[in-house]
Amino acid sequence: MAILMTETTETVLPDARAEGERLWLSAAELEAATGWSSRPEGLCRGSICVPIPAGREREFLRGNQIDAAALWRHLGQPLAHSADGGAWVLGTAAADRGAALRSLEAPDFSLPDRTGRQHSLSEHRGKKVLLVSWASW
Amino acid sequence: MWQALYEELKDHGFVVIAVALDSREGDPLPWIEAAATSYPCLIDRDHRLADLYHMVNVPQAVWIDEHGTIVRPTESAGAYEGFRRMDRVTREMPADAARLTAEAKATYLNAIRDWVRRGPASDHALDAERARARGPQPTEDVARAHVFFRLGQHLIRHGQPEEGDRWLAEASRLHPESWAIWRQRAPVTELGLAAQPDFWARVDALGERRYYAPVDMKGMP
Repeated sequence: MAILMTETTETVLPDARAEGERLWLSAAELEAATGWSSRPEGLCRGSICVPIPAGREREFLRGNQIDAAALWRHLGQPLAHSADGGAWVLGTAAADRGAALRSLEAPDFSLPDRTGRQHSLSEHRGKKVLLVSWASW
Repeated sequence: MWQALYEELKDHGFVVIAVALDSREGDPLPWIEAAATSYPCLIDRDHRLADLYHMVNVPQAVWIDEHGTIVRPTESAGAYEGFRRMDRVTREMPADAARLTAEAKATYLNAIRDWVRRGPASDHALDAERARARGPQPTEDVARAHVFFRLGQHLIRHGQPEEGDRWLAEASRLHPESWAIWRQRAPVTELGLAAQPDFWARVDALGERRYYAPVDMKGMP
């Protein structure tokens, strides 16, 4: 059992097995939590496939389980987990963030207002938006 | 600060989205209620906006046009660090520091008005080349800091505050430029954060560097 957080999701994974720096998930759990799936050509999300390096299959695959942490490291993306392995965060690499900002396409997000209603940036397409941070601190 | 501007410009196809970088759930609510805004006022407990747009302090803002294109990347939103020159006992600000603070705000608001009315013809709306050149470049350490921050917040909210705080401390160490991460960890008293000696020590350590990075905008102090 583990909670896995990505940029946009937070998924409880009852069958996850955290073992030190490894996070073994079933293929179904991996796909539900991260969008990555196991295919004959490797590990894929959308049209992107990453072949598993020859001779290193055991670092990534164990029976029908996949090590999500190994996949994330292989992708060059940052990750962290709690000491007890119960909570994992799979993050986004600086290069990807930088590329997204250089594209000048404003990254979309969805956040709640005080009543819990979600608002996304893309709802305001067609208007000029001043997106401004503040804080009570 | 933004409600009057929004009211003034909303019929010209303009909206404000204000995002509170506040991890403690109750903290921003009295402010949101007092401000009584008619534009969206959102709460970002994990500082996702800071991660996506490389924000390091508040108030910082991004200008986004009708097509979803960034025309001014993240920068200080009309803030000037006059507070650094205030008397730390009486909390009085010298007149010229107060004047510069007011000037920064007025300059920024006028720039927004110009952009909303004139669109790409406004000097303040940057073309792609200039917008890219000003865009922030997050480092690997910054990317890791945001991962650690998220993990720390999760642990704090789920009964593991001590481990959570250690992750926040590590996030702050990896991303020292971020006041948002640092301040979210600092204890708050009824006097507010600016009364904390730790805060002033960190501000003083800036030396000649600015608390709000300078904004390249005509007339901005």
